[in-house]
Amino acid sequence: MSEYGGGRPMGRYIRHACAFCALLLAALLVNAARVQVVQSRVYDDSPANRRGVIARYGQPRGDIMVGDEPVTGSVDTGEQLRYERSYKDGPLYAPVTGFASQSYGTTFLEHAGDGVLSGTDPMLSPLPLWNDITRAPGRVGNVVTTLNQDAQTAAYRGLAGRKGAVAAIEPSTGRILALVTSPSYDPGELSGNGEAVSSAWARLNHDPEKPMLNRAVRQTYPPGSTFKVVTAAAALDAGVVTDLDAHTDSPDPYRLPGTTTRLTNEGDGCEDASLRSAFEWSCNTVFAKLGVDVGAKNMAATAAAFGFNDARLRIPFSVAPSTFDQHVDRAQLALSSIGQYNTRATPLQMAMVAAAVADGGQLRAPYLVERTTRLGGQTLAGSGAHPLRQVMTPSTAVRLKELMADVVREGTGRRAGIRGALVGGKTGTAQHGVGNSGVPYAWFVSWAQADDSPQPQVAVAVVVEDASANRGEISGGGDAAPIAQGVMRAVLGR
Amino acid sequence: MTKAGTTVAAAQARAPAVRLPRRRGIELSLIVLAVLLSVYGYCAVGLARTGTVPPGAAGYGAGLGVLALLAHIAVRIRAPYADPLFLPIAVLLNGLGLVLIYRLDLETPSDQAAPAQLVWSTLGVGLFIAVVLVLRDHRVLQRYSYVWVAVALGLLALPILFPAVNGARIWLRIAGFSIQPGEFAKVLLAVFFAAYLAANRNALAYTGRRLWRLQFPTGRVLGPIVTIWLLSVGVLVLERDLGTSLLFFGLFVVVLYVATGRTGWIAVGLLLAVLGAVAVGRLEPHVNQRIEDWLHPFATIDAGQGPNQLSQSLFAFAAGGVLGTGLGAGHSILIGFAAKSDFILATAGEELGLSGLAAIFLLYALLVERGYRAGRALREPFGRLLAVGLASLLALQVFVIAGGVTGLIPLTGMAMPFLAQGGSSVVTNWAIVALLIRVSDKARSQYDGREAS
Repeated sequence: MSEYGGGRPMGRYIRHACAFCALLLAALLVNAARVQVVQSRVYDDSPANRRGVIARYGQPRGDIMVGDEPVTGSVDTGEQLRYERSYKDGPLYAPVTGFASQSYGTTFLEHAGDGVLSGTDPMLSPLPLWNDITRAPGRVGNVVTTLNQDAQTAAYRGLAGRKGAVAAIEPSTGRILALVTSPSYDPGELSGNGEAVSSAWARLNHDPEKPMLNRAVRQTYPPGSTFKVVTAAAALDAGVVTDLDAHTDSPDPYRLPGTTTRLTNEGDGCEDASLRSAFEWSCNTVFAKLGVDVGAKNMAATAAAFGFNDARLRIPFSVAPSTFDQHVDRAQLALSSIGQYNTRATPLQMAMVAAAVADGGQLRAPYLVERTTRLGGQTLAGSGAHPLRQVMTPSTAVRLKELMADVVREGTGRRAGIRGALVGGKTGTAQHGVGNSGVPYAWFVSWAQADDSPQPQVAVAVVVEDASANRGEISGGGDAAPIAQGVMRAVLGR
Repeated sequence: MTKAGTTVAAAQARAPAVRLPRRRGIELSLIVLAVLLSVYGYCAVGLARTGTVPPGAAGYGAGLGVLALLAHIAVRIRAPYADPLFLPIAVLLNGLGLVLIYRLDLETPSDQAAPAQLVWSTLGVGLFIAVVLVLRDHRVLQRYSYVWVAVALGLLALPILFPAVNGARIWLRIAGFSIQPGEFAKVLLAVFFAAYLAANRNALAYTGRRLWRLQFPTGRVLGPIVTIWLLSVGVLVLERDLGTSLLFFGLFVVVLYVATGRTGWIAVGLLLAVLGAVAVGRLEPHVNQRIEDWLHPFATIDAGQGPNQLSQSLFAFAAGGVLGTGLGAGHSILIGFAAKSDFILATAGEELGLSGLAAIFLLYALLVERGYRAGRALREPFGRLLAVGLASLLALQVFVIAGGVTGLIPLTGMAMPFLAQGGSSVVTNWAIVALLIRVSDKARSQYDGREAS
């Protein structure tokens, strides 16, 4: 066989060794296929894998638009997470945009619209599965809001740094025209990922003024006398009151049923007052008794129709549920009916109350996103379906409009009046705290209709909770009404 | 190697009956292709990163081209019958390595490795040319086998005197240069093994006890393998370099098997390797940690300490998928330390995908197979064992490091031949290719139409 090597065929052993090396390389190939194809999804989806995050910030984020103007932007940092969010008028729009932080995630519209803004929404790809095939980063899109820039600015200026919030709605559609909270913060401070961002995060979270709290939709307040709109609607719809000008059978002071507690009024002339004058002068005794007369079941049904006790409302981010307690005794019902006890409402909820009155008793679910678009402007999706609900009969709405208009014409809300427009409103000064020791909240809810307009164009709710002002001066008519007036004028263009 | 030629050759006795074609033209065209592919990769990186062809593309291509051309001319003059695949594959792998290192340099502006790698590649090609020109006959090496082993052991022992770097004592730091003497020792040891076993293979093949189908060697001839094993373990313990130790031992076992044909050697070798690995794995925390990482690559993630290098490497491979992200579009730099050296394959895996990785593995496989082919074509034992040893050295090295970074075996620090950053490694690999060319030239020029058994 072989001419050397004592009869041992070395060539055969070389082939064996060669086969062994081939086996090693084949094992490498099989293992590479395992890692890169079979198991790749496991590795790709690992939270420790930075590639997803790098890709997310690898292109400028889509913008949030107010009208035709973006209120956001993107800054190229040149770092590993390349693009950071920037905000024009950050504090003004913070309760709408939220923040988009590389460290702390996203909130509000930045969160709700993240699919479009970051380019992961499948609707953005030109063909189904296109991005999966090309492995290219998806194109981003914009989110267009329903906000009215002038109304938003007017609300923010009106609050002038005082603690409070404003919500404004277009009654005929449910479009949210203004959503302001104060004090606010600049969400741009949280965009990045460095030391400055974490210290800003800590500072904002520990600030006793809670600048990151979205008071317009995430904070509930005792609505006080503004809730009398709901009580009046319930009384009219239930037939407890049929004539606005007829005397009601209401003692002053009113002893809460089953207790010895006497409810009084700020002013005189509330005994047996008609609904019109009781509404105009905000008689607690009359409305407390009306609530008791309507009954807990009907009161709760009307409140629920206005949107109370609804935890499912999304605008598209969630709204703190406003509450009307339906498991109450008659004394508690009396207090609930004048916006105290367990009755609490967000400013957005009270704007919805005004909007329902203004729009003939119909309530449209409020929404903040007009449409989403590609960068070129082509619409991806509209605002979606917005359910409509008949809260009260149209005739009740007409009479409530009359009552609210009276308040502005000659009652406590005179400072909200606008020349050339019909304005209706209701003031509220809500006591709160243990033994009502807290500084009261000043409320004003209203709607406005220009004389040349077929329907009301705006409904507003304003709450001012200001600890610095003199207690005696806090009032819905004095503090909150002028802010509402500013917002309504901005919408009406007057 | 055709069986058909056997009868012809037998009839014409020893006279060289069929002159094999030299194939130098094929080599040249393949080299041109290799250089063009490398330049294309270089441009692809620039286009992906900045949208323009990088300014150094022409210079890079010209430099690589001139080096390859000089090597080709040397082969043409002194090794005209050499296998035409060695040089183009080496050029392509070296060029691709430069592209990958240049690509990673873009992520680390303060740490540029590609220029130094180009210098080392030039030195490597220089050594290649020197070996091809000066070494007329590889059998000369056989005469000095004990010189080589002495030098190799000296080189291996040298880093023990120097401080450990990243847990392993395998570097010499002289005037800003890091040199791994162990790399050079590999070639010298391969030469020594071939020479020693060519001389003593009959004695080592003496059969002792036969157990089942394995023939075990007698105790008397167990001496050499135990000595080498002890040396490997010594390297492992003193230098904490699992990879090199594994490589030496594996190399010795393969060459021993080819020399003697005794499967018993493999059994003994595997047994000793397992014993050594378990013992050292227990005793050395550094080695033990590598094994733990291999078994549980995500342990640090689960512990909330973030991904370790191995999981970052696996992330990179996974991100590549089948087609890869494209040169310049991956994030393998996340691996951090050693991304350009030990983990260079992860960049190839992420940016070229499984398809690119398969191509790279096939290039290595081709290189190894051609080495074995030269060994089979030769007639004398030293040359055969030398070719087998050098080819196995490449194969084992690729397996140890590529298997390590893809999670197939515990990770050990080692350079991917030609691809990885590391001067000593590049120079050594060019020396290996030079020796293979030398052996292959001898084999193909002596070819007499008969297949050696």
